[in-house]
Amino acid sequence: MAVDTGRSAETAADGEHHSGRGRRGTAKNGNPPGRRRALTGQLGRQLSRHWYAWAMITPVVLVIGLIIGYPLGRGVFLSLTDADESNVARTIGVNEIPATYDFVGLENYTEILSDSVFWDRLGWTALWTVGCVSVTFLLGLSLANMLNRQVKGRSFYRIAMIVPWGIPAFVSVFAWKMLFNEKYGILNEVLDGGGIDAVPWLSDPTWAKVAVIAVNVWLGVPFMIVAMLGALQAIPDELYEAADMDGASPWQRFTNITLPGVRAVSSTVILLSTIWTFNMFPVIYLLTQGGPGDNTEILVTYAYRLSFVNSPRDFATSAAWGVLILVLLSLFTLIYRRALRKQGEVW
Amino acid sequence: MRRGIGATALIAGLALAATACGGDDGGGGEGSDGEISGTVTYWDTSNDAEKGTYKKIAEDFEKKHPKVDVKYVHVNFGDANAKFKNAAGGNSGAPDVMRTEVAWVADFANLGYLAPLDGTAALDGADDFLKAPVGSTKFEGKTYAVPQVTDTLGLFYNKKLLKEAGVEVPKTFDELKSAARKIKKDTGATGLYLRGDDPYWFLPYLYGEGGDLLDVKSKKVTVDDGPGAKALAVMKDLVDSGAASSDANNGQENGLKAFKDGDAAMIVDGPWDIAGALEGKQFKDKGNLGVAPVPGGSAGQAAPQGGWNLSVYAGSKNLDASYEFAKYMSSAAVQERTAKEISLLPTRASVYEKPSVKENEMVQFFKPAVDKAHQRPWIPETNSLFEPVRVQMNAVLFGGTKPEDAAGKIGDEFRKLLKDYK
Repeated sequence: MAVDTGRSAETAADGEHHSGRGRRGTAKNGNPPGRRRALTGQLGRQLSRHWYAWAMITPVVLVIGLIIGYPLGRGVFLSLTDADESNVARTIGVNEIPATYDFVGLENYTEILSDSVFWDRLGWTALWTVGCVSVTFLLGLSLANMLNRQVKGRSFYRIAMIVPWGIPAFVSVFAWKMLFNEKYGILNEVLDGGGIDAVPWLSDPTWAKVAVIAVNVWLGVPFMIVAMLGALQAIPDELYEAADMDGASPWQRFTNITLPGVRAVSSTVILLSTIWTFNMFPVIYLLTQGGPGDNTEILVTYAYRLSFVNSPRDFATSAAWGVLILVLLSLFTLIYRRALRKQGEVW
Repeated sequence: MRRGIGATALIAGLALAATACGGDDGGGGEGSDGEISGTVTYWDTSNDAEKGTYKKIAEDFEKKHPKVDVKYVHVNFGDANAKFKNAAGGNSGAPDVMRTEVAWVADFANLGYLAPLDGTAALDGADDFLKAPVGSTKFEGKTYAVPQVTDTLGLFYNKKLLKEAGVEVPKTFDELKSAARKIKKDTGATGLYLRGDDPYWFLPYLYGEGGDLLDVKSKKVTVDDGPGAKALAVMKDLVDSGAASSDANNGQENGLKAFKDGDAAMIVDGPWDIAGALEGKQFKDKGNLGVAPVPGGSAGQAAPQGGWNLSVYAGSKNLDASYEFAKYMSSAAVQERTAKEISLLPTRASVYEKPSVKENEMVQFFKPAVDKAHQRPWIPETNSLFEPVRVQMNAVLFGGTKPEDAAGKIGDEFRKLLKDYK
């Protein structure tokens, strides 16, 4: 995945808003953009030429529409009602109980947004996301750099790094929970051996925050390494050789060749891992249950509490939380994309 | 960094209302000869030390009713509520009979998931049941469960450690605090392991200060009246002064382990952990385990009433066999067996008269405690009252929140959950 920085600079420079891909596409079809009349003709030609491809992907489109579109639409609808476990339609054996919930408009949203619970959770969720993603990225990039060289036992290290990714998340989290156990965990036993007092890993608000971030970083670094290694290996060796000839220092080579070289991949994986971390439920829920108190509770764990812990389960408010989370992430993605485009990134 | 179960859980929550798949229970019923037949799926929620016994007991039902096939399934206590709700609401995979925590009955009944048991075989010899456990089986005038096991909290203590330190079994939390200091000095063990992670353990402190969570009759939230804050302050003082050690999570494992290993001289616990405690090296000699009433606060002494009921799923394809199975599992013979084998407390008055139960020291101690146990509000939301308590109790013990603020926050959360409460 080499990045031809020259091309993106060109795109930014010519000031027009069509993307690189669009330009390639139009060039292939030989149709200059902006000619509306040609559009229907183009569509027809596209269809007659590619009808077979369209037919092939129809089932996929339908299935995706069903498994993503339907729950999403249903969720948005529920968030505008006062549906909970006791008033939705349900069948118990031979008894059919019809739905009796009402449409309440934006009531759920105003209630959530006027409550400090949401804003408190949002603050910590943002901190948690930024903390996790930045540490994961920096670690991933440095480790990938090390593994990209000819070091002894390189393949062993590479395999070892992938291990956390191969273990189911809940197994890793439970293992970490045992390590963090204040009274009987290995971490504190080791510290004790070194004459250091036991650390209340999961009982102290600050340490608990450190602990959840550490576990998430541990889970996330392998993905980062794999992605960054791929990016690093796509940088042509000639660039480094040329830099060597010019007498560039290692730091200069890193900032002038490596960093621009991995930029496109980095921006994508940072976006992805931001979204994943923002919604990383198992680490928080299984490690601390949001505790101590509600110090490590993020938005999704609270939404889960609303629809699975409280009784009767409050589907409407939980759905509204879900929609708000989706809106936040969509906004973030838009802003992030725009920022990248301003820097001349084609994405 | 994969997509977590959070996304799945959310989508499941959103789509839950829409899913309605068919079940696959084996059919059956009462044949022409009056002999019941079919499959009875039983979800057991007992703990690791108890489940072996329950599995054998459940399967023994087949000996009495050869045409019935009992499917024993063990479900962790922590997952059972959500699992049952998912299955029952979706009408797919719910058990015919479940061992239900006392606080869940009103909730499940309110949602229409449970079969009323009045006038069925399940309510056999109902006059024999103790009054307190029966309280949790009623909802809006009907009976939705049969009591199987009752319990409450008591103070477990290590006789040897207390003797070594020369202290009496404490009757109040004040006495406990001073005893803890001596125990630490003379034996090196911590006085008390305090459960700071489970809201159920907040109740003895709350009742001890004369408070309660709710007043159901006048529809009022009472946890923030004053005793609530005082109770949290007493707990915090025990931990801060070093009289007690605690954890924000892992309380069940760490507490029992500390007590079994002699790292903690006392622990507040229930009959369900007697079997587990006796496995510890400190209690190779069973006589070393002492049980006393939970210490009291400034206003008296009381512990919450807990226990387990058997409930029958309203959508069961095999109701007759299910009623019969519930009757069997709550029968005097089965209760005598669980009292003898794993020291659980019967809910039938007649069982306490049986010689083997009379001889059981643990049962004999807990019986008076159970008679005095403090009833909880048996309303559908009872189970969700605990989460706000857990969060604030945690915040007071480990996060520096003031007890008054925490009690206030619990009250606010309760009012959000109970829309028509003051």
